[in-house]
Amino acid sequence: MIRFFLSRLLQAIPVIFIVITATFFLIRSAPGGPFDADKVVSQEVIERLNERYNLDAPLHQQYFDYLSHLIRGDFGPSFRYTNRSVTEMIGAGLPITFELAIYAIMIALIIGISAGMLAAVRPNTAQDYIPMTLAMTGICMPSFLLGPLLVLVFGIWLQWLPVSGWGYSPGDKILPAITLGSTYAAYIARLTRGGMLEVLNQDYIRTAKAKGLNTTKIIFKHALRGGLAPVVAFLGPAIAGLLAGSFVVETIFQIPGLGRFYVQAAFNRDYTMIMGTTILLSCLIVFLNMLSDLLAVWLNPRLTLDAKH
Amino acid sequence: MATDSLQQYQDVVFEHGRSPWQDAWYRLKQNKLAIISLNFLAALVVIAVLTPWLAPYGYETQNLALGASSPSAEHWLGTDIHGRDLMTRLMYGGRISLMVGFAATAVSLVIGVLWGAIAGYVGGLTDTVLMRIVDILYALPFMIFIILLMVVFGRSLLLLFLAIGLIEWLTMARIVRTQVMNIRNQEFVSAAVVIGLSHWQIISRHIIPNIIGPVIVYITLTIPSVMLLEAFLSFLGLGIQPPQSSWGVLISGGVETMEEYPWLLLFPGLTLSATLFALNFLGDGLRDALDPRATRD
Amino acid sequence: MELLNVNNLSIAFDTRDGKNQAVDNISFNVQKGETLGIVGESGSGKSVSCYALMGLINTPPGHIEQGKAMFHDVDLLSTDEKTMRGIRGKRISMIFQDPMTALNPYLSIGDQIIEPLLIHEDVSPNLAKQRALALLDEVGIDDAASRYHQYPHEFSGGMRQRVVIAMALITEPELLIADEPTTALDVTIQAQILELIKDLQRQRNIAVIFISHDLDVIRYMADRTLVMEQGRIVEQGQSQTVFNSPNHPYTKKLLAAIPQQAKPAKFKYTPKKNNSLLSVNNVSISYGDRRSRFQAVNNVSLKLAKGEILGLVGESGCGKTTLSQSIVRLINIDRGEIQLGEQSLHKLNTSELKKARKNVQMIFQDPYASLNPRMTVFNTLAEPLKIHRLAESSEIKEKVLCLMTDVGLDPSWANKYPHEFSGGQRQRIAIARALAVEPHLIIADEPVSALDVTIQAQVLELLLTLCQQRQLTMIFISHDLDVVRYIADRTAVMNQGNIVELNETETLYQEPAHSYTQQLLSAKLSR
Repeated sequence: MIRFFLSRLLQAIPVIFIVITATFFLIRSAPGGPFDADKVVSQEVIERLNERYNLDAPLHQQYFDYLSHLIRGDFGPSFRYTNRSVTEMIGAGLPITFELAIYAIMIALIIGISAGMLAAVRPNTAQDYIPMTLAMTGICMPSFLLGPLLVLVFGIWLQWLPVSGWGYSPGDKILPAITLGSTYAAYIARLTRGGMLEVLNQDYIRTAKAKGLNTTKIIFKHALRGGLAPVVAFLGPAIAGLLAGSFVVETIFQIPGLGRFYVQAAFNRDYTMIMGTTILLSCLIVFLNMLSDLLAVWLNPRLTLDAKH
Repeated sequence: MATDSLQQYQDVVFEHGRSPWQDAWYRLKQNKLAIISLNFLAALVVIAVLTPWLAPYGYETQNLALGASSPSAEHWLGTDIHGRDLMTRLMYGGRISLMVGFAATAVSLVIGVLWGAIAGYVGGLTDTVLMRIVDILYALPFMIFIILLMVVFGRSLLLLFLAIGLIEWLTMARIVRTQVMNIRNQEFVSAAVVIGLSHWQIISRHIIPNIIGPVIVYITLTIPSVMLLEAFLSFLGLGIQPPQSSWGVLISGGVETMEEYPWLLLFPGLTLSATLFALNFLGDGLRDALDPRATRD
Repeated sequence: MELLNVNNLSIAFDTRDGKNQAVDNISFNVQKGETLGIVGESGSGKSVSCYALMGLINTPPGHIEQGKAMFHDVDLLSTDEKTMRGIRGKRISMIFQDPMTALNPYLSIGDQIIEPLLIHEDVSPNLAKQRALALLDEVGIDDAASRYHQYPHEFSGGMRQRVVIAMALITEPELLIADEPTTALDVTIQAQILELIKDLQRQRNIAVIFISHDLDVIRYMADRTLVMEQGRIVEQGQSQTVFNSPNHPYTKKLLAAIPQQAKPAKFKYTPKKNNSLLSVNNVSISYGDRRSRFQAVNNVSLKLAKGEILGLVGESGCGKTTLSQSIVRLINIDRGEIQLGEQSLHKLNTSELKKARKNVQMIFQDPYASLNPRMTVFNTLAEPLKIHRLAESSEIKEKVLCLMTDVGLDPSWANKYPHEFSGGQRQRIAIARALAVEPHLIIADEPVSALDVTIQAQVLELLLTLCQQRQLTMIFISHDLDVVRYIADRTAVMNQGNIVELNETETLYQEPAHSYTQQLLSAKLSR
């Protein structure tokens, strides 16, 4: 277990290093300086700014300075908000995004797995068609469409729920979480159905039936673990997608999370902020991918941790 | 003797065989949803190609006096706040959205098929190295990188094709590799080796015809995910740039005014969703129709 | 005492091509403590009828059209699901064909064995475990206590089947249904498992329904036998009567189809001088990487004369397939040499090899996998002719059709695709493909193992005739000792990568010299 974990960690380090390096040089190679868009400022001011942001040093020097700060958990000062450091802003935004993502993944897993199982137990009946049509709708109704529609219906027309904010008024977390989770609930429902159907056709399910087990026991004890394998494999990419999806959802619902900061930073060309967020999110995604691999191995006795890598 | 036997076989009348493709087509035709989707998509493509002749108004034609108007006889789907005809804009936007869908899928197809086929066919160390690269790239947060690229290098259509294509090839490579490895281990490929076919002959005659099915299925499922990605970026304001437009841009514009003019959100949204529906249904239908397990009872 | 009485049972399946009458109005009974054998070829309905008794038929597509199956006073076909669950796994148990897939890979074997006890009887998990351990010991799992928590993939095929048997017997059922329980196993393992089932049955006095396609197995196991053909029972009676004086023509045909004698004299090879064709000298082949290597073939030598058929027998994993694939250069050898006529096959470069491939062809085991599903028969057979430029384009059609006639296929089928043919017909296409280039040597790797016994007999006959007509030399690989005896002039026995014995076939069968050969032959069910 520990060996597997360490070897995956060793693999993750070069990936993260590539991410940092690529991000850094990509941004430095952007045409035009970071302060071009601003109102005309004097040469003196620009020089002062360059010095403050370490932009006057040679490029490789800047790179190593950035790395050494990074190791200490310092993402540098924000280009836009002169008084705030990137670390500070991430610290404010990350917990909110995290909370949103957790609600969304919980919605996705609970709705997705139950819908997929319902469908798989009686394939090609109404019990299959209805949840699967809904799932298809969920896939074809992306968050940037579903979110506004939910706001329109429940926020503006029916006035049941607040249309924006996070933690300011009761119930304002409901719509964002549903918006972010629905697409993934749909994918998970389809994956669960596919995985369960595959497993339910296996010989060992017939053995279980021949033993006299009832349907509930067959499904939960014998089929579920194998049937959820595709869902577990999907968790890593799903979480990456969920974090990207938070850009849209946080923008629609005006939630002060990391995703909204990132989109704003992208518009404002707040380079240190972009770099900081990119690096942080990448590390998070790499780490979560690792966890989902671990989970897959843990669920399947045939995969030993050493044999896999 | 040779002439005798030639005579003997001269009048053999061949019985009509059903190829696996004909079988698949027959099964697909049974699937009403898939056929409706196919027709819908065909119509969509025709409209997109003929838009400059079909569109009732000019793309940029404004009627500021009219402003945003609800659907009417002159403007079937209404107009936006600048008085531009929504249907015309949807048609032009569709051109871009479909183009992004097809072009980026084509990029992913070329790279993915080559990469996966080489890994699967050559195997061994080559396979390990190629697939490890795919694994590493998989772990990268590509969405963030595309946004980064768009920010740094400006929003160009070409960059968008490339960037999206460069993500989507990974899954294509994995699918093609698995398929190629499966086929390669079949006895008919061993038989082809024993007969004396060259690698290229084996690939072109025995492997490619047998992986076309799954690849087609995956293409049908990649196009909607690419279109979604484009719409996603455009929605954030990071994709297609005005004056060009796409369904994502229209949806984004519609959201801003949805309280007053909900049709500006509903119609583009409906168009995008319907197209995604059709592509997914067609993909599912093709998968069922081409599934080899279905033919092997 | 009558335990089970099945009356007028009919089962049908809905398929794309219409209704398939899988079981057609059959009636039979099972007495307490007896073994009833059901024998038939694939698609005869033998398994389906027993699955119906257990309520294991998926409806749809299947449905039971009519019939009663009285087990004591319960009709298994019409009773409610709850009563059925009380019977399944408690009073009637089942063991299945493939022990590799019959056990849940996600649960430990201990968990799976005690499961029937826990749901059917009011026992504590502790007591259940005690009983499971005792039973595991009884079915021959050594060191049961430590293996109790292991997962199925940690057991070999034979051991898994023992686990499945323990699982079926732990509730002390009155009736055991065994569906081809030894078909997936090697012959020596098969003998052990059959013996085990017999012993357990005798001790517990349970009734057994034993389903198999293998007449020898049924003859060995069953007190009474039913013969099924296309959903109908064509003959039933005491096994001795059915096998020794069969009444129905189908039973006679089945029995006649089992190869049970020496090679017919008319096909026998007569030795000539100086006509050696193939010589394999000290060949070794291994698999794996630097850390763990597996020696698949270990220093093997053999010689073949032109026109001779050599049988190569052994159990799974003995290296017979690896050796044969090295002769057609599908895999490379580590050491040794392979000479075909004047040529050193193992040394040829790509272009030489391409030419030489014409001389050695191979026939594969699985007729479903050995033909490209997207090529018509015509294209499949024309391909080798074109590759080796063996025919002008104007002659290709004639040659292909001629080949089809030679292997007993109707030439008007040339435009059809493999999926439109039956297994036996596909194997004929594969044979025709191998013959197309007019090779000197043919390697046939289990060419009849996947076929029903009557089809198997036809294909064997075809191979013998073709070899004689065309003066072909053949290496015939099989796990089936009877088949090899029928077709081979000389036979080599392989075990763990070595040829342990090589002799004239009849001599080897009648006076086996090596202990492993003796073991193989004694595992064969005697008639």
